[in-house]
Amino acid sequence: MMNAKYMLGVALTTVVMTAPVEAGTVDLDAKTIEIIKRDFQDKGIAKADRVNQDELQATCSKYVDKLPDKIKSQLEAGQMKSIKWPSDGKYIGDWKAGEILAQSGKGMTWSDKADEPAGGNCYNCHQLSSKEIAYGTIGPSLLHYGKTRGNGVDIQRYTYGRVYNAKAYSACANMPRFGHMGILTEAQIKDLVALLLDPESPVNK
Amino acid sequence: MEIAIISPSLSWGEQMNISKVSTIILVSALMTNYSSHVIAAEGDVSDSERIAQYREMISDGNPADFDEMAGEELWKKVAGPKQASLEKCDLGKGAGVVKGAYAELPRYFKDTDKVQDLESRLMTCMTTMQGIPEAEIISHPFNTEKNKSDITELATYVVGQSKGIKMAVSIDHPKEKEAYEIGKRIFDYRAGPYDFACSTCHGTSHVRIRMQDLANLKVKKDAQAAYVSWPAYRVSQGLTRSFQWRLNDCFRQQRFPEPKFASEVTVDLTMFLAVSANGAEYAGPGLKR
Repeated sequence: MMNAKYMLGVALTTVVMTAPVEAGTVDLDAKTIEIIKRDFQDKGIAKADRVNQDELQATCSKYVDKLPDKIKSQLEAGQMKSIKWPSDGKYIGDWKAGEILAQSGKGMTWSDKADEPAGGNCYNCHQLSSKEIAYGTIGPSLLHYGKTRGNGVDIQRYTYGRVYNAKAYSACANMPRFGHMGILTEAQIKDLVALLLDPESPVNK
Repeated sequence: MEIAIISPSLSWGEQMNISKVSTIILVSALMTNYSSHVIAAEGDVSDSERIAQYREMISDGNPADFDEMAGEELWKKVAGPKQASLEKCDLGKGAGVVKGAYAELPRYFKDTDKVQDLESRLMTCMTTMQGIPEAEIISHPFNTEKNKSDITELATYVVGQSKGIKMAVSIDHPKEKEAYEIGKRIFDYRAGPYDFACSTCHGTSHVRIRMQDLANLKVKKDAQAAYVSWPAYRVSQGLTRSFQWRLNDCFRQQRFPEPKFASEVTVDLTMFLAVSANGAEYAGPGLKR
């Protein structure tokens, strides 16, 4: 009798213990999103709907650094398709304008103005010109980028695509999608390609 | 980059003398660093080390001391429609116990049935005990050059009373555990025009933005060092900054919209970071570039 009661107790406890844990795991992801959607508000140009994720953002947030290869390739292919290549087939702009853009870390925060164009934020994370010593290290060094890769059409197109949408090449890369998200214009991206590839650019000196 | 740090000091007519002196020392330290960078980029003293030296130089007096004192006065002062002080406010260790309270926050509170960080708890006390409307508190959450924020000053006082005490934030209560788990997810939540999450900048070791070293908050040692140094006096701004401000400014730079002051999203994220700092001696209010 005692044993039966005890067994029933164990059985019930097991049910009670397991059920909420399983539900809880599912709930936590949903609850996180619910809280995020509720607790952010418009400020300046940064509207509350910015917290809504696209498929790529949601997938990268979910897997963090454990993204399965298959999903990675699917995401990259999808991003690649969305790249809008220059209509004139030219990839190279003005490296001097590119350097100014690369230096600027401005843009898209709630303290930035809508009419102020965003910068490229390049030096925040990358070494580029050897003259600029205050560079970040979140991204790889791009010093001598063109010098070591040449400046043929293939590398021009690759570089343009990489700045336009870094996620087409590495699904959950840290780098923003400058063209895809409308941060930089086609002409500005061409200027950055020139900064990276032009033999006269300080990046290749 | 160094220029950006130096320039605000030129227009600080209204700052206290001590902050001016501090600024001049830090600016000199950084300028020395800047010139040495130009001369020899390798084997150099980093900005972080310079700032550490600077901290030591003024270790007898952080300008945040003034905010601590102002906060203590506010804690004891009778105020609000209910004409009460905060001296009986329960920060988790019993009514009126301030000593060591911050080292155990955020925590679950029975009366509100919520996990609360320091600022959200102070807000509960200010609304219930003093009758100050929540909207009024939220309308001035952070210090500005012209106006000190009551809740920031109160928070600075409270954190100072945990100096030297080991961080011991509990996740024993199911709601505490849940706040921690949600906070961890918020840390990795990528969104906005730049696809950034907290972890974009604070999830890798030994990286920096421009010259600014970044803490990898997923590594215990880094998380401890970062967490116990906030709130802090920001030399470049001449103001003491609360932990709520620190999170707010991170989200700004993440290109997110603004987190509502002391909202659950901020409390849960704080919970994740505070638990990561457990075991470290609390060392704030700190001092930052």
